[in-house]
Amino acid sequence: MNPALLGLITIIAGVGGCIGYFYLSNQFLDKVLFPAKGPNAGQNINRANMIRPWLFLFPALFALGLYLAYPVFETLRLSLTDRDQGGAFVGLENYQQMFSEPKFWEALSNNMLWLIVVPAAATAFGLLAAQLTDRIKWGSVAKSLIFMPMAISFVGAAVIFKLVYDTRPVDQNQIGILNAVWLQFEGGVGSFLFLKALPALILASFAGIVAYVGWIFIQPIANRNDEGGGVGFVPLRLFVGVAALYLVWLSVKSLAGLFVFNFPYGEPQTWLTIPFWNSFFLMVVLIWIQTGFAMVILSAALRGIPEETIEAAIVDGANPLQVFFKIKVPQIMGTIVVVWTTITLVVLKVFDIVFAMSNGQWETQVLANYMYDKLFRADEWGVGSASAIIIMLLVSPILIWNVYNARKEMK
Amino acid sequence: MDNIAGSKSSLGWVVQICTVLLVALWIFPTVGLLVSSFRTADQISSSGWWAALFPSEQSQRYRVADPDENRSNVDGVYVVEGNFFAENGGGGDIKSWGTSSREIGAYAPGEVADLGDGETFSVDAEGNYVWTGNDEQISGRGQRAFVTAVSPPEFTFENYKTILFSGTAGDNMTKAFFNTLTVTIPATVIPIVVAAFAAYALAWMDFPGRALLIAIIVGLLVVPLQLALIPLLSLHVGIGIGKGYLGTWLAHTGFGLPLAIYLLRNYMVGLPRDIIENAKVDGATDFQIFTKIILPLSFPALASFAIFQFLWTWNDLLVAKVFLIDSTGQTTVMTDQIVNLLGTRGGNWEILATAAFVSIAVPLVVFFAMQKYLVRGLLAGSVK
Repeated sequence: MNPALLGLITIIAGVGGCIGYFYLSNQFLDKVLFPAKGPNAGQNINRANMIRPWLFLFPALFALGLYLAYPVFETLRLSLTDRDQGGAFVGLENYQQMFSEPKFWEALSNNMLWLIVVPAAATAFGLLAAQLTDRIKWGSVAKSLIFMPMAISFVGAAVIFKLVYDTRPVDQNQIGILNAVWLQFEGGVGSFLFLKALPALILASFAGIVAYVGWIFIQPIANRNDEGGGVGFVPLRLFVGVAALYLVWLSVKSLAGLFVFNFPYGEPQTWLTIPFWNSFFLMVVLIWIQTGFAMVILSAALRGIPEETIEAAIVDGANPLQVFFKIKVPQIMGTIVVVWTTITLVVLKVFDIVFAMSNGQWETQVLANYMYDKLFRADEWGVGSASAIIIMLLVSPILIWNVYNARKEMK
Repeated sequence: MDNIAGSKSSLGWVVQICTVLLVALWIFPTVGLLVSSFRTADQISSSGWWAALFPSEQSQRYRVADPDENRSNVDGVYVVEGNFFAENGGGGDIKSWGTSSREIGAYAPGEVADLGDGETFSVDAEGNYVWTGNDEQISGRGQRAFVTAVSPPEFTFENYKTILFSGTAGDNMTKAFFNTLTVTIPATVIPIVVAAFAAYALAWMDFPGRALLIAIIVGLLVVPLQLALIPLLSLHVGIGIGKGYLGTWLAHTGFGLPLAIYLLRNYMVGLPRDIIENAKVDGATDFQIFTKIILPLSFPALASFAIFQFLWTWNDLLVAKVFLIDSTGQTTVMTDQIVNLLGTRGGNWEILATAAFVSIAVPLVVFFAMQKYLVRGLLAGSVK
């Protein structure tokens, strides 16, 4: 049958079936099972009202159970069995095999790098974009242009950035913008300014801002009389503080390395094959996509800040940086955490970008692509399922946090 | 902010410039792909796409038409006349020309070059050339000319013709386009219906376990669909659906439901209680309240979710690869075909860029047309 016709029939059957189910089951409940008349009409109405929610919920619950809940347990079971032995229980053998593979550790460490860099960069850029566009006239146009990559598929974005990273032999015109820019540098004064001094400046100011933010977080713990959002935030504050310290150390280290490093001027680079750094070139794609999301949410949050708090701070003599980091950011902290966790979830599942751009070669493997390799190329269901469980484990803290918050909100 | 004492107007310019830079940085890659999709293969490989926006200067080597066939005899002087661009293709405005590879810019257009012994050669700005000389000089191989021409930006629709209408099976995206559409529409419509009823029950009906169910749905919101691949594929094969559209629709429905229920429930909870209670007092059943009051009022939330689900299913690669695309390759979707093209036609940017843009175009249109609902959905959907 023609797929389009099949699709049309499916829509009609699916939608009609659903509506028919809801209508008929309600009719059945009201007219046949518990009719609202006769000697026990009142009791019947109550009974019908007890059952009705489940009629409404049944199709959704069935689909959720079958397509999301069941697979979690089934995958757990598969990760403990061996398909070649007819599905015999093998305990943790699959996990042992996985842990002995260097490719797994490569994927895991890359994933950790992604987990730090992408949410941080996307949130930071989103915050910057939100703050910049909030006050200018053509802000909404700017916003929708930055937001636009959200509509582009990971695969489409992969093609877009493959063109950006394209490499031609040295004697031809470069058609990738990155190499074209790169070849403008020959090691003279301009190169020093743009490739050493400017990055150094950015790194230094990044380290400065991180240190500042870290200090803001740690400060309330240092002087206990300050009530900093309750005891529940102390681990979070400590975590941010430690992370900030690590980032500062990292930036200082790379700052030192930057001046020692000899750039291969004049040679076109195949960006996606440079070990370690190629992961960053892949991350850029996801940051490019996710920044718009962060910007939209954070911009709404920034608008929700009561104007009086900002005015009061300015009257008290706060400079713009202080207003931003001490007045605005703390008030939208909850939203920042939401944005951060949402992007973290996207990062944990990132598959298409790596699959389309490097397919995990040149040490760019990530967990989701590793899992795909194991499941569908190597045909090792056990190991593949085990790595899926690892992804699930990484997701579960966010899952618990979300459920906890949702329950708190409903009370 | 501007009316606040102490804020500086000089900061305004910095903000403007920073915003322009940021926006430029963000749209630059996409513009590159768009421009490239309108260029020929030669243009793409000879210069970067940013050069296509400006007049380009190109040096080209031409040879005049075969003198033995084309020469004409005017009073004992042999002449070959013609036009380089008409004979060899290309075009533009000639800035300079020359007869030797060492001096390709020796003459200005219209100038006459003396080649010795009365042999002359001239080229004008439009590419018309005149080569004159005696019988011996105007014979054998045609005179060479090195021409530097400035051509205006040139764009072509050929790539789109190839991708959409002609082209080999690997290049032609029409089939994949309709396959993607076939996946997308039912996968967007069905979850909405299923979720709307469930969301109503969770928002406006009182029953034991409601809070627990909502918590479970919030939890399922973040379950990675990677976990579902093998178990569900086995299930589909087990119950006889196998790989195909039906399985893909079901999978997309299942994966989209948590967000749909969550979004719709949050929206429905916010609807005014009075309307619903009045309707109940007037004797409306739950089913009537739902179809006649709640559904029409929930349109913004329905639209939000529909856009999400549409973008997600249209752009999806993983679910299609696992649940849809079989070994026959008849059911390939656009994302998958582009990944294949990246492998087989990695250097053919005219094909790749156009194919990618064909697949990007529809979501972009939807995005710009319904951005309002998308933003609203994002704001409601992020777990607070």
